[in-house]
Amino acid sequence: MGNILEVRNLKKYFNTPKGQLHAVDGVSFAIEKGKTLGIVGESGCGKSTLGRTILHLLDSTDGQIFFEGKDITRVNKKELVKIREEMQIIFQDPFASLNPRMSVRQIIMEPLIIQGVMTKAEMEQETDQLMETVGLARRLSGAYPHELDGGRRQRIGIARALALNPKFILCDEPVSALDVSIQAQILNLMLDLQEERGLTYIFVTHDLSVVKYISDEIMVMYLGQMVEKAPADELFDNPLHPYTKALLSAIPLPDVHAKRKRILLEGEITSPINPKPGCRFAARCIYATQECAEPQHIVEISKNHYVSCHIAESH
Amino acid sequence: MENNLLKVNDLIIEYHSDKKIVQAVNGVNLELNKGETLGLVGETGAGKTTIAKAILRILPDPPAKIKQGKIFFEGTDLLELSEKKMSHIKGNEISMIFQDPMTALNPIMSIGKQIAETIRLHEKISKARANIEAIKMLELVGIPGERFGEYPHQFSGGMKQRVVIAMALACKPKLLLADEPTTALDVTIQAQVLELMNKLKKELNTSVLLITHDLGIVAEMCDKVAVIYAGEVVESGSAIDIFDNTAHPYTKGLFDSLPKLDSMESRLKPIKGMMPDPTELPSGCKFYDRCPYAVEDCKSLGAEKKEMGSGHYVLCRRAGEVC
Repeated sequence: MGNILEVRNLKKYFNTPKGQLHAVDGVSFAIEKGKTLGIVGESGCGKSTLGRTILHLLDSTDGQIFFEGKDITRVNKKELVKIREEMQIIFQDPFASLNPRMSVRQIIMEPLIIQGVMTKAEMEQETDQLMETVGLARRLSGAYPHELDGGRRQRIGIARALALNPKFILCDEPVSALDVSIQAQILNLMLDLQEERGLTYIFVTHDLSVVKYISDEIMVMYLGQMVEKAPADELFDNPLHPYTKALLSAIPLPDVHAKRKRILLEGEITSPINPKPGCRFAARCIYATQECAEPQHIVEISKNHYVSCHIAESH
Repeated sequence: MENNLLKVNDLIIEYHSDKKIVQAVNGVNLELNKGETLGLVGETGAGKTTIAKAILRILPDPPAKIKQGKIFFEGTDLLELSEKKMSHIKGNEISMIFQDPMTALNPIMSIGKQIAETIRLHEKISKARANIEAIKMLELVGIPGERFGEYPHQFSGGMKQRVVIAMALACKPKLLLADEPTTALDVTIQAQVLELMNKLKKELNTSVLLITHDLGIVAEMCDKVAVIYAGEVVESGSAIDIFDNTAHPYTKGLFDSLPKLDSMESRLKPIKGMMPDPTELPSGCKFYDRCPYAVEDCKSLGAEKKEMGSGHYVLCRRAGEVC
């Protein structure tokens, strides 16, 4: 299967009073159709900005985005409407992203109305179908978002994203606001939908156990850059970048007998404003050497396992 | 019992709103010994925070009403104390840290002053002396003393939470109530804060009531665990009891809902349905509707408290037969 989405050297800078903030700085990757790419990193690493730039919710500063082989980096308004049918988004906070004055049914139907190709009756039928697909009871049609719990609200968000039958969905922390028992219900729903509809996902999250469960490949970001990318199991079995290692060792495991060595990072993420060339993680890295001040290159260490660290390379 | 620090007996708390009564806490018993960490685990709305606030007597009344129960702290029932005596206990003997460090700090006062103020509120010492103590506390939580004069917005989330911890521990309380202290933080920062809490707990011999929804944090931090569901403790015991000999179907459901890092499962097994509406709690076992092992008796006769092993209690009629 071919790649549905390819991103080349994508950059998104913001101008701030203190200088240029490099939110996304030269990220490249490709996703195969029907697969899930997990993007992990801590707050401020640029993972959400990356997703939103791909979706044209933000304009990119530099680089290219290809969707189904077509360059969509610069598009006019008409083309953008077309892209929106193919690429959708599910947000973290299902409450903030739903109009409080619209009923469940109106929210799910809205994309169909905007698209304007179906008759009223067809839209009604399609909405019923969508509600069933995501497991929302028919009796909730007239309910408003504030009457529902987080899990149901997120189901509305998913139904709305599915309405136009997209090929690609950006999931931006879709289960982070949910309790674990509800989180598992939503994750399973998303996997079912992917199987049934051949959807491709980018799954942005800070939760590493969730990302392992749902992703085929995982990309780790640090301060706007990709530091490592590998198939999900490979990344957890054989992390190469010092940051990935520290990140994985920091996850508290639900096992009272777990004994392991934790790599405690000193300090916190440094400022992404006017960053220096060289490895951005070096200031916190226990292995850092003088060479880390040089710009790092992404190297394929083994099949599909990429890392951006000269130390990891030499091992 | 010399060793016992906190004992909650049969606590019942309701919230009264216009017409509805929310049954938030329904007969909770907890016990915490000196130097121990007790994890209070459960999902949103289970009643965890309400219990902690009741211990510190900071529940807003109205709407909250403590209907029944006793909270013994070193043998004294806190619910019987006068406001004056209680305010002496707050901060001095028991203090609390909240989930969101941003809202717990005063944005227009330097963090050093805020810590010093807390100290002077409880100890009769000079300003200069309190400032020295505050600097000591800052350094204890890994923040350089020279940042004494800086304001909350100049610190990152993880540092702010460390400031809050420094403040809570400034008077060396015997009991720390920690309500989701690391939920708002990134994992690497969370690891730093948890490590710090463990270190301070040992140094100051503080007991901790740790409220969390994260079973990973429980495994790492807690000696004992109480699992809360719909305002009831459904399972309690040592951490090993809960993790290795899980006996309540709800606890088991929580574990099955978690994606594991060390195994390749194809699908998670979520708990079906949702927690019951606390304004209309069902009769009988409150987990009945969601429980895969439920039988008729669970509904008609209700749940039954059983002791599975020494100190390992389960609120389930079928515990031992199933799970």
